[in-house]
Amino acid sequence: MPGQIPLVDYLVLGDEPHLKAHECTSCGARFFDRRNACASCENTEFKDVAVATTGELRAFTIVSLAAPGIPVPFVAGVIDCDGTSVSGNVINTEPDPDHVKLGMKVKLATYPIGTDDDGTEAVAFGFEPI
Amino acid sequence: MAKSDDIWILGIHMTKFGKHPDKDIVDLAAEAVKGALTDGGVTMKQMGVLAAGNLMGGGGVGQQLQKQVGQTGIPVYNVSNACATGATALRTAIMSVKAGESDFGLAVGVEKLAGAGLLGGGGRPKADKQVYEPKGRYGAVATVDGRVGTQTMPGVFAQIGMEYGHKYGGTSFELFAKISEKNHAHSTLNPLAAYTKKMSLEEIMNDVMIAYPNTRPMCSANCDGAAAAVVVNGATLKTLSKEQQRRAVKVSASVLTTDPYEEACQVLPDVNTLTQNAAAQAYEQAGIGPSDLNLVELHDCFATAELVHYDNLKLCETGGAVDFFNSGATWRDGKTPVNVSGGLESKGHPIAATGIANIWEVCHHLRGEAGDRQIAGAKVGLAHVIGLGSACGVHILESSAA
Repeated sequence: MPGQIPLVDYLVLGDEPHLKAHECTSCGARFFDRRNACASCENTEFKDVAVATTGELRAFTIVSLAAPGIPVPFVAGVIDCDGTSVSGNVINTEPDPDHVKLGMKVKLATYPIGTDDDGTEAVAFGFEPI
Repeated sequence: MAKSDDIWILGIHMTKFGKHPDKDIVDLAAEAVKGALTDGGVTMKQMGVLAAGNLMGGGGVGQQLQKQVGQTGIPVYNVSNACATGATALRTAIMSVKAGESDFGLAVGVEKLAGAGLLGGGGRPKADKQVYEPKGRYGAVATVDGRVGTQTMPGVFAQIGMEYGHKYGGTSFELFAKISEKNHAHSTLNPLAAYTKKMSLEEIMNDVMIAYPNTRPMCSANCDGAAAAVVVNGATLKTLSKEQQRRAVKVSASVLTTDPYEEACQVLPDVNTLTQNAAAQAYEQAGIGPSDLNLVELHDCFATAELVHYDNLKLCETGGAVDFFNSGATWRDGKTPVNVSGGLESKGHPIAATGIANIWEVCHHLRGEAGDRQIAGAKVGLAHVIGLGSACGVHILESSAA
């Protein structure tokens, strides 16, 4: 039976959607991609940890020109989620500098981006103002 | 004057930046190389090494170039290091001379980029039947660019400038636009710049928005161009003519760094730490400080980037980049003129050429040959480039009389 699939494998869906990071067991550095080793300390062991779902917008841009197929304008930013930096779009608000401010508090939200030919729905994440 | 193991720029040349529809990358590279050899009063037969930088041309430009300007059998290093490619080529030639493997080294950077449009973003091709399947290091089932932040260059560097504003305050759309206004004004004196039109603050702010706060004129200009340099060691320079010695420019520091691990550096590229590290190493190598600099060519790939590099290169106090710019210090009549060439925003940014073209600009002033845009009495200058990924090149140059 068709279900849902996250846009990226570090998005955990379910009742309480959140992001998971691969945390270095030696130095605590956190990464979202598949790892060969730790870029900070060279250790090769990681554990998955849940990342805070609320944070503060540390940097943003409002993209008006993007590759074909990407709807514009949209807000891209860096969110400081309780010490873990996350790349993501700011969603569910007007994409203009009157509505998006540096330092604003945001929380993780998910939304469907499409359905494949087998009926599986892909789900993406963004951050919306609190 | 010259110490045996010092490194000197003997000859240097850049082509006109802009649209060159009738020339291929080998034509442009050949023009730059021929110009640099003539400028230095030397020939290909004297060169012991060739480092050839190119990013978008498909590889092997060094040997293609030799086929046109001289196949002398010397080693060729084809280098590619994002926007730091030119500086990397120069550094490769310098390392060969420093190591004693060559007396003369030749470096060239060339790019054809006119009309290239937006760089950095992109999707994946569509298959006939679409079934979501996690791919790549993030297990993505669809394009992430635009859905999980942005990978486009204007957007990435916009965030870098905004992050500085968040940390220290004082930034605004208007402030970033004013930086661009300066560089476009500077370019009116540079006949080799791709764009030489003065733009008002209003024109810049009302132009097409690319990635807030960067409008189109606040982005580096994609264009074609090449630049080349001949380097020589001090012992060999002493055997050359007085005129060659007088015009030679000393490479007081040559540094290349990459980005060390910092929290968040794999989320938003950290262009700061590696530039700070490169600058610190360069000042130490050269035995001079930022206050000694008569001019700086830094990597203003976007107006938002120029601001953070004032701070990274220690041209101002930590956190003081906004005040520093607002003081007028970086205009050509200011305390530390920055990007008197017009910078990447107006002179243009043929990627692999940039890291030698900025050195050409500094050399031009140190030799007193910069014509209408000469910074009077310039003795010491700094050239900086950064390529995302990341790599940073910093060179400090001094006139032979310094």
